[in-house]
Amino acid sequence: MSLSVQSITKEYGTQKAVNDLSFNVSGGTIMGFLGPNGAGKSTTMKMVSCYISPTSGTAEVCGYDIHKNPLDVRKHIGYLPENNPLYLDMYVKEYLQFVAGIHRINKKANRVSDLIEMTGLGKEQHKLIGALSKGYRQRVGLAQAMIHNPEVLILDEPTSGLDMNQLVDIRNLITELGKEKTVILSTHIMQEVQAMCDRVIIINNGSLIADDPIEKLADRISGEQIITINLLNNDVSLAVLENIPGVTQVKNTKDGIVISSDAKSDIRKNVFEQAVASGWVIIEMKKEEISVEDVFQKLTKETTNA
Amino acid sequence: MLSIYWKEVNSFFSSLIAYMVIAVFLIMTGLFMWVFTETNILDYNYATLEQLFSIAPLVFLFLIPAVTMSTFAEENQKGTIEFLSTKPITDFQIVMGKYLANFTLVLFALLPTLIYYYSVHALGSPPGNLDSGGILGSYIGLTLLAAVFVAIGMWSSSITNNQIVAFIVGAFLCFFFHWAFSFLAKLPIFTGSLDSFINKLGINYHYSSISRGVLDTRDIVYFISMITVFMLATLTSLSWRKA
Repeated sequence: MSLSVQSITKEYGTQKAVNDLSFNVSGGTIMGFLGPNGAGKSTTMKMVSCYISPTSGTAEVCGYDIHKNPLDVRKHIGYLPENNPLYLDMYVKEYLQFVAGIHRINKKANRVSDLIEMTGLGKEQHKLIGALSKGYRQRVGLAQAMIHNPEVLILDEPTSGLDMNQLVDIRNLITELGKEKTVILSTHIMQEVQAMCDRVIIINNGSLIADDPIEKLADRISGEQIITINLLNNDVSLAVLENIPGVTQVKNTKDGIVISSDAKSDIRKNVFEQAVASGWVIIEMKKEEISVEDVFQKLTKETTNA
Repeated sequence: MLSIYWKEVNSFFSSLIAYMVIAVFLIMTGLFMWVFTETNILDYNYATLEQLFSIAPLVFLFLIPAVTMSTFAEENQKGTIEFLSTKPITDFQIVMGKYLANFTLVLFALLPTLIYYYSVHALGSPPGNLDSGGILGSYIGLTLLAAVFVAIGMWSSSITNNQIVAFIVGAFLCFFFHWAFSFLAKLPIFTGSLDSFINKLGINYHYSSISRGVLDTRDIVYFISMITVFMLATLTSLSWRKA
């Protein structure tokens, strides 16, 4: 187990930023850490990386306790803080060498040039960090976090404020890293979670509300399937569709015929067969995917209202 | 610790800070020693470096808090303290690395004044007619005084994320610990009872004592304990962030 968080709690005055949160992550996993603003994502990450101490509870990184062996914990994690703080008056290469020095890395120069290549900073390595665009600064932040080849990477909003191309680059880099390391990343962007993560943890008001593999997350909200079909001529009697097992509702809308179903199996086959039997020509059929976004909204609303 | 030290020293010398500090220190002490009519050594007719050692604490009073004000205040403000303190180094290593870097810069400002010593040495009649022991003592005293000022300045930088606040608090505390006690001791209510004790709390008393060329352990212990107290206070204020 490379990371294990055990009923960690952080109180600021009377407010509980993180409330009795527990989860485990094993190696080779990219875990998405989701939650609305102020849910306690950053606070949890700060506690795991030994920047702030929890009010109660603990966490272990690669078997090292954050209270008993904070230095060992820091040796085994790479942490990219929120907003990516950097020394803007340092040169990229100088900065990475400085970080390598703190980690007491042998053959500093080799490691630094490896990382510069890995993060695509080649052209920018002799520039001042302050002169770099946000995307390149983010890469410097990532390079800084990975310099000691840590087993656990904690990335607090690694892709915020990047343009589409930079986003894709950074995502590929993280996916690559996730093959052998444990990566925990927090984000607001749902497609990102669907694109990169193996597992998702959703927290709200400091408490865990979902901890699932990404595919299973959709099952959390009712197993409703929604299928929209368009016929050559939509003006048909819908009664035959209602007879398909599991179908609960059929509506003729301006987007097409919307069929809702609570069947466990895919009903598209039945719909197609019914259409053929009735002599209809289907020109379009699509199944609405339940996105992580929907799950997220639904789950966080539920707990906020509760 | 060495990484932090070199990083800080590099950032001083790759920006204007180091050169400005050294230049301002030398220009101010130089003006008082060689140019201003009231104090210059050429009209004074004694081969001594007294002027240097009386003006230097005053210049340090402004310069050292200016050097140290960014030490932690800037890290706090930019959030880089979060980066530093999640690396595998202890708070002590961070504080010590930064302390030594700040102190190095002050030493670099002090070093060229050895030329003054050589000049006065050569100008003496006969040449070399000056109290070298006293001057050595004064240099040691001034170095220790600077070391205390650096510790005070770093502490005031660690309690805020605003560099101006850090500067003002630092300069005030340096003033307070250097001079205020010797003035307070002169208040009538303390006369004959606490005056000598209060006087001994100030840096000025111990600085003048060392300047006479006598290295008294009591003075050395005073300086070392002042440095330790402010370093511990800095470590404490760094650990507050964890709460």
